[in-house]
Amino acid sequence: MATTEAARPIAVATTPHRRTRWRHVLTGSVVPRVILIVSCLVFLAPFYWMVVSALKTNTELAQFPPSLIPGAWAFNNFPDAINYIPFGLYTFNSLVITVGATIGAVLSNTLVAYGFSRIQWPGRNALFYLCVATIFLPYPVILVALFDIFGRLPSFGIQGAKSWVDTFLPLIVPAFFGNPFYIFLMRQFMLGIPKELSDAAKVDGASELQTFWRVILPLTRPAVIVVLILAAVAAWNEFLLPLLYLQSNDKYPLAVGLIFFTSEHDVSYNLLMAASTLIVLPVVIIFLVAQRFFIEGITVGGVKG
Amino acid sequence: MTAAATSVKPRSVGRFRLGTLERRNLKWGLLFISPWAFGFIALGVFPILYTFFLSLTRYTGFRSPTLIGFNNYTTMWNDPDFWKAAYNTLYYTVLAVPIGVVVAMLLAIAMNQKVREVAIYRAIFYLPSILPVFAISFVFVVLLNPGYGLVNLLLTTAGLPSPNWLGDPAYTKLALVMIAQLGAGQWALVFLAGLRGIPIELYESAEIDGAGAFRRFRSITLPLMTPVILYDIIIGLSFGLQVFTSAYILTGGATRGGAGPDNSLLTYVFYLYQQAFQFGSMGYAAALSVVLFLASVILAMAVFRWARGWVFYGGEEA
Repeated sequence: MATTEAARPIAVATTPHRRTRWRHVLTGSVVPRVILIVSCLVFLAPFYWMVVSALKTNTELAQFPPSLIPGAWAFNNFPDAINYIPFGLYTFNSLVITVGATIGAVLSNTLVAYGFSRIQWPGRNALFYLCVATIFLPYPVILVALFDIFGRLPSFGIQGAKSWVDTFLPLIVPAFFGNPFYIFLMRQFMLGIPKELSDAAKVDGASELQTFWRVILPLTRPAVIVVLILAAVAAWNEFLLPLLYLQSNDKYPLAVGLIFFTSEHDVSYNLLMAASTLIVLPVVIIFLVAQRFFIEGITVGGVKG
Repeated sequence: MTAAATSVKPRSVGRFRLGTLERRNLKWGLLFISPWAFGFIALGVFPILYTFFLSLTRYTGFRSPTLIGFNNYTTMWNDPDFWKAAYNTLYYTVLAVPIGVVVAMLLAIAMNQKVREVAIYRAIFYLPSILPVFAISFVFVVLLNPGYGLVNLLLTTAGLPSPNWLGDPAYTKLALVMIAQLGAGQWALVFLAGLRGIPIELYESAEIDGAGAFRRFRSITLPLMTPVILYDIIIGLSFGLQVFTSAYILTGGATRGGAGPDNSLLTYVFYLYQQAFQFGSMGYAAALSVVLFLASVILAMAVFRWARGWVFYGGEEA
């Protein structure tokens, strides 16, 4: 399309089609820009409103019409929110779960993707299609059964629980068994690495594990970073699973801990928004720093983990 | 060992006998995928079979399950809340998915024009997709407040009625649909990648043939984008059927109980959650899970079959 438009000025120079040219500028860049800028405002509004509400006093928050910029900047909402719930403890819990699940995701998905892409074995493609097909199944289907299964697995006293329920294990361990979306993403990447590299390594006497570790893994680094980031953000953002599995207040991650802000009759939405802002902040920072990895991740597949 | 193995030509003794190299590759291949294979069986196949079993029992989560045949299914048939939850979920999905496709397509086409600052738009549209749904939902509780919310301020300024979004059962699900649209941004990027893959020559020759912009969109862009659109619909369907967090937060979550005015926010997974983890009816919840499993398989198959009529595979089909 771009070249079609670029070729146009020549036509304009020879025949006086000023009107057509003007129309082309309008439809080619003015109208799209208007649509895009308005949409950007809409997409940014929730984030903006969260931060602005976090900086308002409770009285100002309840005013109509709502102010677009806080009148009196209530910065003390942030320390107040941190003191309202055990914020430090919940941050620690969130970090443990996120780090654990991310390590699991990176380890398992690289290994599995290697097996699905760099080795030629009978039945490989059939199993891979089976793996990808499970992306479409809604996870809640197995929620009840998994809860019951984890409730019967001994935890050997981890986190003072009898079974896996009320420990971080159900939130971390499954990550070590791969995720079909990440496997798909990484396999696509590994398929792009020339086969000759593996062959050369094997001629030099490298075993399959050595080929994986020394040749393929270093070349897969961009895909590993994509999976690392997506898995970390997904674990940090997860709400339903910790809500189900964790029963003691002191084991909650931040996502579930926010519930305490709504537990009283009078909800302090400004404190809730302040706490939400703090939870969202690391995600936004990671996004700003590693934007291209996020975009690479979705244009391969198009879903979040 | 490996060098020797690679140089040896596979002895094809019988048709199904594997050579040394193939046997070695099979061993390593299976070894590498074993984490997934174990997870697939232990955390996928087995739980699904176990769910089928539990659905035939009365089970509170304590003691052992008692077999009661298909009782849970007959109860479900007569349970108005089950129908309500199924209705709410389908209502939500049927609205959220097509709107999402249109929004994503519109944004992608706009980004595919002569706009140099496209990287900024991409970043802004993608951002809400990685923010946690629970946080976005809490913000929407504030945004949609009939007393002081921004949304109703804009509506009244435009001279439109200002509904009680979270208090009126006619509007609650629309709030869920709105929240879902924030995820359309990442699809816009997927669509944009698709649009950029369409060969320019197609548009050039169409223009020479005198096809207008709308005609070019209908005859070139749309057909070539159908595989991506199908992909969006299938994933959207799966995610739509499992919507939980936004509904849970908009109702005030655990503390207030219930599921919005007139149970209008009782989504299917919300109901499943209530039955299993608030009312302790694990057997009944398992039956609900089985129905969700079958419904999603049947719906996905129906969409694939329907798509045969309109998805264009560019002659790749044999």
